[in-house]
Amino acid sequence: MSLWKIAWRSIQQRKLSSLLTGLSIALGVALVVIVLVIHGVVSQSFSEAAQGYHLILGAKGGKLQLTLNTVFHLSQPIENVPYSFFKEFTEYQDESGNHVRGKYASAVEVAVPYCLGDSYKDFRVVGTTPDLFEKLSYGAYPDGTLKHYQFAQGSNFDAHDFHAAVIGAVAARQAGLKLGDHFPITHGIADENAKIHDEDLFHVVGILAPTGTPNDRAVFVNMEGFYLIADHVKPLPKQEDSIDGVLKMHLEQLRSAHNHLQRAAAAKDVPATAATQIKEADQLIDEILRAAKPQSIRPHSGATKTAGDETEHDGAEKSPRHRHPPSLATDKQIPLPENQREVTAVLLLLKNDVFSQVLYNKINEGDMAQAVFPSREVTNLFEGIVGHVRMILLVLAVLVVVVAGVGVMVSIYNSMNDRRREIGIMRALGAARSTVMSIVLMESVLLALLGGMAGVILGHVTIGLFAPFVTATTGVMINFWQPAPAIHFAGTFISPEVILIPALLVLATIVGFLPALIAYRTDVARALSDAP
Amino acid sequence: MLRLQNIRKAYVEPDGSPLPILEIPEFHVAAGEQMVLVGRSGSGKTTLLQIIAGISRPDSGLVEIAGLDITQLSEAGRDRFRAERIGYVFQTFNLLPAFSALENVLLGMTFTRTGRDATRSEDLLKRVGLGHRLAHRPAALSVGEQQRVAVARALANRPTILLADEPTANVDTANQQQIIDLLRETCAEEKIALVMVTHTQEVTSQFDRVDHLAEINQVRPSVAGTTPTEEDGSLN
Repeated sequence: MSLWKIAWRSIQQRKLSSLLTGLSIALGVALVVIVLVIHGVVSQSFSEAAQGYHLILGAKGGKLQLTLNTVFHLSQPIENVPYSFFKEFTEYQDESGNHVRGKYASAVEVAVPYCLGDSYKDFRVVGTTPDLFEKLSYGAYPDGTLKHYQFAQGSNFDAHDFHAAVIGAVAARQAGLKLGDHFPITHGIADENAKIHDEDLFHVVGILAPTGTPNDRAVFVNMEGFYLIADHVKPLPKQEDSIDGVLKMHLEQLRSAHNHLQRAAAAKDVPATAATQIKEADQLIDEILRAAKPQSIRPHSGATKTAGDETEHDGAEKSPRHRHPPSLATDKQIPLPENQREVTAVLLLLKNDVFSQVLYNKINEGDMAQAVFPSREVTNLFEGIVGHVRMILLVLAVLVVVVAGVGVMVSIYNSMNDRRREIGIMRALGAARSTVMSIVLMESVLLALLGGMAGVILGHVTIGLFAPFVTATTGVMINFWQPAPAIHFAGTFISPEVILIPALLVLATIVGFLPALIAYRTDVARALSDAP
Repeated sequence: MLRLQNIRKAYVEPDGSPLPILEIPEFHVAAGEQMVLVGRSGSGKTTLLQIIAGISRPDSGLVEIAGLDITQLSEAGRDRFRAERIGYVFQTFNLLPAFSALENVLLGMTFTRTGRDATRSEDLLKRVGLGHRLAHRPAALSVGEQQRVAVARALANRPTILLADEPTANVDTANQQQIIDLLRETCAEEKIALVMVTHTQEVTSQFDRVDHLAEINQVRPSVAGTTPTEEDGSLN
């Protein structure tokens, strides 16, 4: 018979005491597992959410706030930056159709704009471009392979489908959005009195596969459609509230329409009849633009004022002072002029890591905007605040385990008086002092090991039970079998749960030492003479 | 096979004064011999058996078993020697309550270098008439059955000598003879020397050799008789 079996029989002999002791260990370990897994997964999720790009650009203000509302869809957005600022990081065609490279475009792989400030039910709405899902990733697997966005249903939205929307996995499930559904968005965030844009319905063209990032809890709409919502039009400067301003604005709108029609005409999937109509409309606009070009902007005068009045009396069009958005922009397929656009943030994936620090410095030196390293902000957040909370929780959980360990010691210690005779019998049968000591230590180890394993299972079952709640509140995908994310330990990456069991064994050896010592020192002759 | 020479053993009184228990100039048991040692309660019988078994050490003297003076062995050495060469049957059976009859016999083999032998354990239990009660725990066995399990356990390692400390004291009259017969027969079959101590004369007639402790122990009965009894543990 092995010594382990002898130890196990001793545990069996004291069923209730052993059960309670094991249970206390199990509860302590379960607590540690829950803290490790939930914190680890949330931490990993936060870190991953801030991956896939180098920098976030946004209006001057709090760096953490910019990171929180851009990456995690938390907190309130800071002010916006002009669309022209975003263009400095892109390559585009100017009014004359010339290819223009933005000031910083040579360093940029992808620049994805974010327009924030609206919501749908409890989920933030992000006005953006298809590049977000096509060209950016949301982290990397351990082998370095990038995690690219996948669509559980449908596909990415088309840049020309202004009212297309892609829904995060959690948002789709909880908001009950399905492919083809139409939904309005609300101006404002978490405000019951916020205005609902039910005149501008978006339709769902894609539902993202779960990413385990806060993007699961977001609603992504085409930025062009986002701009066309009345309250999203940037008011024009005062000096443009004149005939010249009106003309300039109309010219801008026509140019925008011209560009858009040209893109539409170039699209391959447009039917032949529609293409002809588009070309005709485009030629008409082109003629108007050419006719308007020679005219210099006239100085502010009474004549212009009259002309403005005439326009107002026309009834078909109103002065820009009185309508939002301007008439051309209210056509849902004509993009908003760029001078009326703003973006809340820009995600920048750079061609080279070296560029990130250079751009970071350059942009922060200017007055227009700020740049932040999202991963750095997340690290600061976790190390500065969340890390301390985690440490406190972890210390408390470990203390629970230690107290449970002391419970093991008390349990075995109290049993030693009853077991003195058993030890005497084993010694009389030839067991060495070290053997009976080992048996008591094994008993402690078995209690801790079984309690610990039960605790790991209990912890994961508890996590499994609360997983829907965690997912609903944080967007973090978590499963009951999910191990705590690996940490760097002794030169390798290892899940803290793997360290937990050996740590328990060490604890069991320590707490079992005192009763084991009593067993070691038991006087055989005296123990045998004790009345049975 | 067993030779005691100039054995002295004394305990210490609470006031620090020595309390002599044993003083045995010479004691021999031949290989395979069966003998009974008679002594009154408190005369040092159990202490003598514990010295022979290596559980206690004499203050002086030689304890030679199969040519080996066990007093010269370390404690661990004596433990191993006891496990492999000595069988011990206690007055109160001393079975472990959490173990079945078979496991109690296997326990006797656990602390040897040869390890356990389940077949021999089962055979021994069958031999003592408990083949049908292998899985029963002591609480489910009668007093006589418990002592038979204890005998099987003592024989498990094929000891050189079997020490039986009043093995029938707690057994009813009907079972007493069975236990004596069992001990004698199995020891004879396996050529094991048997030293049985008792405080009654009832079984002595069955043994060819009967020694009285009072005759071989030079500590005077008046001194030993004033000592605390074995039951309170002071003697052990």
